[in-house]
Amino acid sequence: MDAQTIIARRIARELREGMLVNLGIGIPTLVADYVPAGLHVFFQSENGLIGTGPVPQEGLAQARLTDAGGRPVTALPGACAFDSAMSFGLIRGGHLDMTVLGALQVDQHGLLANWMIPGKMVPGMGGAMDLVAGAKRVVVAMQHTAKGKPKIVNRCSLPLTSIRPVDLVVTELAVIAFPGGRATLLETAPGVGVQQVLAATEAALEVPERVPSMTL
Amino acid sequence: MRTISVQAAVELIPDGASVMVGGFMGVGTPERLVDELVRQKKRDLTIIANDNALPGTGIGKLVSAGVMRKTIASHIGLNPETQKKMLAGTLEVELVPQGTLIERIRAAGYGLGGVLTPTGVGTVVEEGKRRIELDGKPYLLETALHADFALVQAMLADYLGNLSYALTARNFNPVIAMAAGTVIVDAEHIVPVGVISPDHIVTPAPVVDYLIAH
Repeated sequence: MDAQTIIARRIARELREGMLVNLGIGIPTLVADYVPAGLHVFFQSENGLIGTGPVPQEGLAQARLTDAGGRPVTALPGACAFDSAMSFGLIRGGHLDMTVLGALQVDQHGLLANWMIPGKMVPGMGGAMDLVAGAKRVVVAMQHTAKGKPKIVNRCSLPLTSIRPVDLVVTELAVIAFPGGRATLLETAPGVGVQQVLAATEAALEVPERVPSMTL
Repeated sequence: MRTISVQAAVELIPDGASVMVGGFMGVGTPERLVDELVRQKKRDLTIIANDNALPGTGIGKLVSAGVMRKTIASHIGLNPETQKKMLAGTLEVELVPQGTLIERIRAAGYGLGGVLTPTGVGTVVEEGKRRIELDGKPYLLETALHADFALVQAMLADYLGNLSYALTARNFNPVIAMAAGTVIVDAEHIVPVGVISPDHIVTPAPVVDYLIAH
């Protein structure tokens, strides 16, 4: 299984019946492909849709039905369209149960940097700052390292997205949470040892006595 | 509300004006108005919109044509021309979190001085802004954002100027329609009064100044 699939499948297991969930662009989008059978969740696209469905069949794309990346999607039965003010009211107002986003860095306390690299890449924060400030649960989907460098660091060198810490980080190596503000190793990926995770992580990780393997 | 040709509508917009444009990655952007801004070689506009789309699409065309001096947007990452012009100093870019941008516009249209939002507290977005604590929670004071013109795309307009929108093409459109001195609408279909039921009208006719003639 490749890294992206491991991450998406593991995060899909965080979904619960009836949740309103926002998936970011990239690996987070893949989570929708692994919703457990029989579970009904609502996916929000922040450009103004609840009930976002998969990419339409060839020839059935509708130019006015897109995801937040501008790609054609479908609308599932019960879908609802709205303007951007309501979309961000849903996000900030305590109505969004979970957001899944990518990250450039996460620090030892769970603080996230995911919107710019000064002098190099300034795409803008889009909806990320609102999503992290407002969602009930913030889940990061990212590769554990970038070009061999750890992304889970002592302190983010890049500008922060929010002062609200994330709740969970899922990588192709591990699941990490931040109880009491300390990065804690909850699970390792199948076939991955605790030492391998520690070696790929800059931040000091709390390691409980028993670290189970991810169920995918 | 008056009907107007696309050429005459864009002639109303002087160089240097601030212009809100509907759309999200080009979806729901009034393309005929954008194309006419390019054709009339407007200059020094401040374009307020969610994003800068892609080169060749929607607001991306305005970037390529050099009609703007400044853009206020939440995301420019998919338009490398904006990035290049920003780094070269030929285009001023003000990045605003998306939920804050739409609320600043909404505040202007609803007669409010601004809003208090938790978004951006403790980040670079806070620089130069007032932080206000309410019930122990920190918020940023984000001020209302008004524009000289709003260029709106609607799915349906009736003969009076009542508007309805389609799916994700709605996005910023009904919000900017409330927040500008002059509101110009490009509708895909113009229909008799009564075709849009009162419950389905999103933007009421009195806020629309001009409807582009078909």
